[in-house]
Amino acid sequence: MILMNDIYKTYANGVTALNGVNVDIKQGEFVYIVGPSGAGKSTFIKLIFREVKPTNGKIVVGDMDLSKIKERKVPYLRRNIGVVYQDFKLLPKLSVYENIAFALEVIEEPPKNIRNRVMEVLEQVGLKNKARFLPNELSGGEQQRVSIARAIVNKAKIVIADEPTGNLDPETSWEIMKVFEEINASGTTIIMATHSKEIVNTIKKRVIAIEDGLIVRDEHRGDYGYEI
Amino acid sequence: MKFSTFRRHLREGFKNIFRNGWMTVASIGAVTTTLILVGVFLALVLNLNEMAVNIESDVEINTMIDLTATEEEIITIGDEIEQISGVDSVSFSSNDDELAKLVDSMGEEGESWRLFEQDNPLNHVYIVRAQVPEDTERIANEIETLSGVESVVFGQDVVEQLFEFNKYARTIGLVLIIALVFTAIFLISNTIKITIMARSTEIGIQKLVGATNGFIRWPFFIEGLLLGILGSIIPVAVILGGYYYLDKNFSGNISFSFVEILPFSPFAWQLSLMILIIGAVIGVWGSVMSVRKFLKV
Ligand SMILES: Nc1ncnc2c1ncn2[C@@H]1O[C@H](COP(=O)(O)OP(=O)(O)OP(=O)(O)O)[C@@H](O)[C@H]1O
Ligand SMILES: [Mg+2]
Repeated sequence: MILMNDIYKTYANGVTALNGVNVDIKQGEFVYIVGPSGAGKSTFIKLIFREVKPTNGKIVVGDMDLSKIKERKVPYLRRNIGVVYQDFKLLPKLSVYENIAFALEVIEEPPKNIRNRVMEVLEQVGLKNKARFLPNELSGGEQQRVSIARAIVNKAKIVIADEPTGNLDPETSWEIMKVFEEINASGTTIIMATHSKEIVNTIKKRVIAIEDGLIVRDEHRGDYGYEI
Repeated sequence: MKFSTFRRHLREGFKNIFRNGWMTVASIGAVTTTLILVGVFLALVLNLNEMAVNIESDVEINTMIDLTATEEEIITIGDEIEQISGVDSVSFSSNDDELAKLVDSMGEEGESWRLFEQDNPLNHVYIVRAQVPEDTERIANEIETLSGVESVVFGQDVVEQLFEFNKYARTIGLVLIIALVFTAIFLISNTIKITIMARSTEIGIQKLVGATNGFIRWPFFIEGLLLGILGSIIPVAVILGGYYYLDKNFSGNISFSFVEILPFSPFAWQLSLMILIIGAVIGVWGSVMSVRKFLKV
């Protein structure tokens, strides 16, 4: 599903974020990416949906070889990948419903399909009764549910999340994790960068630890492994 | 593109126009100013050109025949002129005709010329026209070499001066207009840049969920097009109104036949269409310039 072969990433300012990364993630896996701040977790994640390009090395996502993919094919790569951020990235002037429908409109989904599909995912994340609310009328956890709903609304096979619980209190974080587990249970690959020892050690999944741009540990049902 | 998508782009494009308030007004104003000047200038140059062409095609070669030429020789000269390639028509005008013309053209003073009616000092003349104006000079030179021809006269100077003037007017106007067009494009692209900045989060999310660059570009393209078209409304009105007025008050009123302006229809309509198209191109160009840089990621 996702294959990285000897990936290097040096940013324009000369900072090397990744230093020869090899990884193989199968369809349906749930993977935590852990490691100290500045280790290269976000960079790793951004490579997968072509937010950044590797300086060197080969990445394959699904059936697309990202080292060979043409620039104009990138949008189609992204239609297979849902992205969830720490800060939700919702549009403040659009309702919950519109924020999710937006993701289908811009990929030119037929309007008649949009309504049903949006209501479906709202149900899935437990926000059906808040479809007309604006983002700032929701709690942080609810906003994150909206952004998750947006990530999965086009039936993405991969969901990538960069510290999705970073802005949430522990209680809410658990609820959000439950949503991710459900999505994973339906066969979606999940890759999540996190600093939460609690979560990683409780909901046991594959753990990939990155330090100084290198994968230093890759275990099934692993531990967080750092003291905070 | 699907109809629903197109409708969405149109809606977004219109929204942007209203959102930008004063910048929208400023860029429409720039387009308007530019297009009014372009319109007036084009009307002027095209009319002057038309006049020059008219005069040029009006140019006749007056072939003065030697006073000593016999009737037979005169006929021979006429035949020889007709043989010259590029000659359209040759007509004979006797010295009596010429005198009559002269007397006519001089009005009161002309009366004194009547004294010459008994002993006409003028030449017989062949009036020659070229098929194409460019040949006039060559034909005149050829006629001059024929025996029995005293001299040839044609109004080459006027035409050349008019064309010369028109050339200068065109160059100066063109430079001015290009400068104005670029100012308008610059203003439009800045207006759209403001929209893009204001919507950068939205564009970021669009890219995140897999919108193509083409899809993202469309509303800005439409915004630019609208700015250009809105900017051409007043210029088109000015051209149609102004030209209608000129056409009505000018045309019949002038005694020189060649100073006739191009007729309102179709000229004013064609010019308006041209202005509209230039406006649209300015708008689209401005939007393309500002969006291109932005989407290069
Ligand atoms: N756009 C960028 N331009 C230049 N350098 C960058 C850029 N993004 C990240 N870096 C650098 O690359 C290194 C890795 O950054 P990255 O964001 O991948 O770390 P991270 O593991 O996600 O950290 P954190 O846990 O704090 O989010 C850092 O040294 C960072 O300063
Ligand atoms: Mg990070």
